[in-house]
Amino acid sequence: MGILSIALMVADHRQHHIETIRSIISVVVYPIQYLVNLPIAATEWMGDSLSSRETLREENERLRMQHLLFKAQLQKLASLKVENIRLRELMQSSKKVGENVLIAELLAVDLDPFSRQIVINKGANDNIYMGQPVLDAEGIMGQIVHVGPFSSTAMLLTDSNHAIPVLVNRNGLRAIVVGTGAPDQLDIPYLPNSADITVGDLLTSSSLGGRFPPDYPVARIIGINFDPTQPYATVTAEPIALLERSQEVLLVWPAEKIATTEDEDRNAANKPDLKNNVTNAP
Amino acid sequence: MALVKQQGGFIILLTFVIALALMMIPIPEWAEASRPQWLIMVVIYWCLALPNRVGVIVAWLTGLVLDVATGSLLGQNAIGFAIIAFLVLKLHLRIRLFPQWQQALSILILVALYQIIMLWAKGFTGQSSQTWAYWLASITSMLLWPFVFTVLRGVRRFYRVR
Repeated sequence: MGILSIALMVADHRQHHIETIRSIISVVVYPIQYLVNLPIAATEWMGDSLSSRETLREENERLRMQHLLFKAQLQKLASLKVENIRLRELMQSSKKVGENVLIAELLAVDLDPFSRQIVINKGANDNIYMGQPVLDAEGIMGQIVHVGPFSSTAMLLTDSNHAIPVLVNRNGLRAIVVGTGAPDQLDIPYLPNSADITVGDLLTSSSLGGRFPPDYPVARIIGINFDPTQPYATVTAEPIALLERSQEVLLVWPAEKIATTEDEDRNAANKPDLKNNVTNAP
Repeated sequence: MALVKQQGGFIILLTFVIALALMMIPIPEWAEASRPQWLIMVVIYWCLALPNRVGVIVAWLTGLVLDVATGSLLGQNAIGFAIIAFLVLKLHLRIRLFPQWQQALSILILVALYQIIMLWAKGFTGQSSQTWAYWLASITSMLLWPFVFTVLRGVRRFYRVR
């Protein structure tokens, strides 16, 4: 028994061959997770249906204003996007634009308190894949680490096992953002003391690892300590995404991934079509 | 001596499911480290009460389910559960006779041992960012043991699980 568990642990840690075992067991676990989530979902539903007409009207008003604002910004974006593509064609660079997104809900269950992970209510049935980027309305939250048929687990940016390649938005300086295990703190190791970086700098994803889509906000620098006796500066940042507060998350299919999934879909015709449950990002 | 017919397997399974749900129910951030280890306590109880039914293999499978539920390394909780179940099976005749406070102390030691095994597995995979709060779970488990014991004994007698 002990040898079997140690073999399992090694296999799980070194490579991901036994993901299938995990996904089979996750089918058993999902109903329990669903049950645990139920009272929380119910209170939320009650709150929604009992909220007064006044609050609803106010919220409606606010959302309408926001919608108008975003629409105006979007108009500009559309023309900018076309211009961007044209310029890129002129420069003959082949950067792809356009990603598909899907909205998933968080299940209110607690995992290991010393790792930063969340469970969402979409799984392999919705074409979720390992390593898929997870976003919220503000920025990148993390990536999918386990996929079950009906649910999957995502690792947040703040998990101490997570790292993401980023660019400093102001000057394009490359860096890596590493989680610390604390709920609102990220580390940026290996930046030399001479690096051009200041408090308040926005870090965006660089897509260098080929896993995250480019140009999404990731973190903001909150502290820098240049110590001449140390080889590297101590730089800390806070995540932009509301990691501890989000109710819904966005799952993104980067542009290249869409092509491959559609190929797979053509091969396995009984799988649900990606386009049916995926809304196209603007 | 007549062979006692086994019954109430469903009740045992139900207590496992409830304990697993208790391990997953969201609680405030500050209390998370001190969440009692419900599932291992229930496994220990059944190993004490019915060592012929719940043993190392059941404990191992339960641990495996907990691994998936908490998103930890597959097999990490399984080995911890199996080792604890083995120890309880070795000592069950002795622990059964203890007064309740002494039983609670042995639970403290068993859960702490389980946490040491978890810490070891986490250390191997480079996730150890532990504070002293990590050990609070052993203490809350010890404090809640008389409660868990009384409830499960009531359940076992009421449904005649044997």
